[in-house]
Amino acid sequence: MNLTLQIWRQNKPDINNNGNYQNGEGKMTEYKVADISPDMSFLEMLDELNEDLLKKGDDPVAFDHDCREGICGMCSLYINGQPHGPESGTTACQLHMRSFKDGDTIYIEPWRAKAFPVVKDLVVNRSSFDRIMQAGGYVSVNTGVTVDANEIPVAKTIADEAFNMAACIGCGACVAACKNASAMLFVSAKVSQLSLLPQGKAERKKRVERMVAQMDEEGFGACTNTGACSAECPKDIPLSSIARMNREYFEAKITSNNV
Amino acid sequence: MQLDSKVPEGPLAEKWNKHKFDIKLVNPANKRKYDVIVVGTGLAGGAAAASLAELGYNVKAFCFQDSPRRAHSIAAQGGINAAKNYQNDGDSVFRLFYDTVKGGDYRSREANVHRLAEVSVNIIDQCVAQGVPFAREYGGLLDNRSFGGAQVSRTFYARGQTGQQLLLGAYSALSRQVDSGKVKMYTRSEMLDLVMVDGKARGIVVRNLINGEIESHSAHAVLLCTGGYGNVFFLSTNAMGSNATAAWRAHRKGALFANPCYTQIHPTCIPVSGGHQSKLTLMSESLRNDGRVWVPRTKELAEKVRSGQLKANDIKEADRDYYLETKYPAFGNLVPRDVASRNAKMACDDGRGVNKEGQAVFLDFRDAIKRDGKDLISAKYGNLFQMYHKITDENPYEVPMKIYPAVHYTMGGLWVDYNLMTTVPGCYALGEANFSDHGANRLGASALMQGLADGYFVIPYTIGDYLARMPYDKVATDHPEFKKAEQEVKDRIAKFVGKSEGTKTVDEFHKELGKIMWEYCGMARNTEGLTKAKKMIQELRADFHKNVKVSGGDKEFNQTLEKVMRVADFMELGELMVDDALNRSESCGGHFREESQTDEGEAKRKDDEFSYVAAWEYKGENQQAELHKEALEFENVKLTQRSYK
Ligand SMILES: Cc1cc2nc3c(=O)[nH]c(=O)nc-3n(C[C@H](O)[C@H](O)[C@H](O)COP(=O)(O)OP(=O)(O)OC[C@H]3O[C@@H](n4cnc5c(N)ncnc54)[C@H](O)[C@@H]3O)c2cc1C
Ligand code: SF4
Ligand code: FES
Repeated sequence: MNLTLQIWRQNKPDINNNGNYQNGEGKMTEYKVADISPDMSFLEMLDELNEDLLKKGDDPVAFDHDCREGICGMCSLYINGQPHGPESGTTACQLHMRSFKDGDTIYIEPWRAKAFPVVKDLVVNRSSFDRIMQAGGYVSVNTGVTVDANEIPVAKTIADEAFNMAACIGCGACVAACKNASAMLFVSAKVSQLSLLPQGKAERKKRVERMVAQMDEEGFGACTNTGACSAECPKDIPLSSIARMNREYFEAKITSNNV
Repeated sequence: MQLDSKVPEGPLAEKWNKHKFDIKLVNPANKRKYDVIVVGTGLAGGAAAASLAELGYNVKAFCFQDSPRRAHSIAAQGGINAAKNYQNDGDSVFRLFYDTVKGGDYRSREANVHRLAEVSVNIIDQCVAQGVPFAREYGGLLDNRSFGGAQVSRTFYARGQTGQQLLLGAYSALSRQVDSGKVKMYTRSEMLDLVMVDGKARGIVVRNLINGEIESHSAHAVLLCTGGYGNVFFLSTNAMGSNATAAWRAHRKGALFANPCYTQIHPTCIPVSGGHQSKLTLMSESLRNDGRVWVPRTKELAEKVRSGQLKANDIKEADRDYYLETKYPAFGNLVPRDVASRNAKMACDDGRGVNKEGQAVFLDFRDAIKRDGKDLISAKYGNLFQMYHKITDENPYEVPMKIYPAVHYTMGGLWVDYNLMTTVPGCYALGEANFSDHGANRLGASALMQGLADGYFVIPYTIGDYLARMPYDKVATDHPEFKKAEQEVKDRIAKFVGKSEGTKTVDEFHKELGKIMWEYCGMARNTEGLTKAKKMIQELRADFHKNVKVSGGDKEFNQTLEKVMRVADFMELGELMVDDALNRSESCGGHFREESQTDEGEAKRKDDEFSYVAAWEYKGENQQAELHKEALEFENVKLTQRSYK
């Protein structure tokens, strides 16, 4: 099939070498690709475009990707107004061209959020997620200082639910989908996982307080319960995890004086 | 060069404990005087960086992705082995040790493998304590499954995402140390050289991938945890960015490269279709528990399937050749990876492949669905079936899957001694980047185990033995050796930037290299093919340096430049793999030399000649590498020819 692509091109990063905001001055640019096989993945279609550009002496389109199996969370494309494109429960790298029709125009943009500044074209900086995790997304246990793994039984239902929460790939689609650029779904997934498991209970109050404080400091917006995050999440993290985090947070605020 | 494995004296089961007691320790108060660089933050590097920081060392950690949580380890599906014997089915440290040595076709070091089996139990304890949500039984205890043909159930798993959950565990431990200030994390940073001062590894040169700056980092020791080199083949199940540059650069600085020809080709991957594919997708090994592998009995029938005249489901029972079940009645579809892969190749070479390209066999669930019902099959494999459906647009509940082998893992890697130190003092290699534990073939669910063993439980001890002998003095990054290394890196980059006049793209060159490797150094190898391949790679490499096309500058985010640097190193490593495959004229594990097979066409080892680790020394650009041998001695297992009949 033959397609028209409208792609966000931005040469200058949103943040300069001194760490200050600057206007990256990007714009949408049109490209044509021909003879695209429906069996190709979306990223392979972009590979094809980039090969063409390179051969013509043009600058290929920068985009993030690594595993191409939907698990590393590296790919981050806003396709036709949806993070990761039209298919639900799917990352951009798992999207196939058979989801499009001959003659379609496809709009491809980066994640847009203040806390995810653009590095180049479709590549953004998501270190803010790492910093939230550093604020408390862990159990404080040193290597080797542990009990036998079967010492503490965990009910299967709880373990399964913790797994559902732990399935988050840290892609940031939830932020990109949200009109407030809120990171609540991402943060609540980790808070939920660790507060469900007995191993995470000791630190649950401090954890939720610190992670939420860091989230606010990074400039993510407030949650107004629109639900767009969960609808676009490729790993189907449910909205109930946000409710759980809110409970954890208020309980922590009432009963502790951390932070 | 004399290779000293530093394997401790004493009985096998006591070596590690004795060694831990005998080696030097760094006093807790002095640990903060030492800086350690950890390159790579997958399972091996993430675990090492966190554990060393907990002990008090100052750690600087590096990865090329935008976050340590995205290392290639994240993609591992099946599980992780440990000799817990929770199922009470006769497992033990010795059995895991024995299975691993045998599975590796007797080409690994006994003492290392035994240590791996010993610490495997601690890994599970550690991960559970971190909050890794392993699968559990209704009673709340951990569940296990049998994996990759093992006779016991010792594989721990978290649905089909074990690697993800283990990596997120290591990442959380690492994040905690970043928060405490003991780890400084550098993301989107690619190591491009190792820096040596007075014969010791004292730092690295990296390129900041965001702005292209060349930066130096100094330390008392450098740990390379940079993963495997399967992407030499272009198409593999590895992540797109996986590369050999860190290991290869250390090799050029004196670290010997061991057994480069040992690559694992996984039998159940989605086949290549057309020329556009950028990577191959693994379908879990577990599918072979219920799926039956077959091809049409005759070429004529296969031809009809390929051209679309005949559908798989229309082929009569008598016309189906369930070749694994016939040939290996005892193991059937569950033969080890290398055997399953080779037989798929043989069926396709025989003209009986079933996709357009003739490079695929069927994996059929029809009988399993008839026997157990669709619900049960869906409960076991639902997510895999869905993934297959998404990629191929075919529904495996209704038509058989098509599968073909693909490059998956590299057993070879930097040579290390028992302490995981390479032949460069102060430079260590951990995880898939080293050669140490899997011999000529890795068992399923053992790579995750090894990466975490190296990172959590081996290096925190063994590094002390080296550092305790080192003065505290730091080397400044304006030392002439750093300046020299930086200049070399800049020169290497300068050769590529601005090559906008080139005739071919990096990917085109990479694909060509991959084709040569797959054709002549893939599932079956012979003298003639390998000799030819060596020459072809040399020519391709020369052409690459002359004609590769690169756009953009060096002082900016430039993914073409990143790729070209990696492919340049693959072009050199590819030749060494061929050299090694040529030298090893026996068949063993994943390395099948057509000249060395039994009357029945099975792999035949030559223990008298080849019971050694082949460790190669770099001799200079376009120079023949020199072979060194570490003899392998087996005192605790009896060498037998593997048989799965
Ligand atoms: C699809 C798939 C499924 C698998 N399933 C299983 C399984 O079920 N069980 C099992 O045991 N094994 C499995 N494996 C194998 C296993 O996942 C890997 O062998 C293992 O995870 C490797 O871990 P590592 O820490 O050594 O390296 P990696 O996870 O590859 O990490 C490498 C790190 O090095 C960094 N790096 C590399 N080069 C540089 C450089 N030059 N500069 C800076 N940083 C660099 C990267 O950024 C990354 O952080 C699977 C592999 C694949 C491909
Ligand atoms: S919650 Fe979903 S959308 Fe958000 S980062 Fe995690 S996986 Fe991505
Ligand atoms: S590239 Fe890894 S999730 Fe898309």
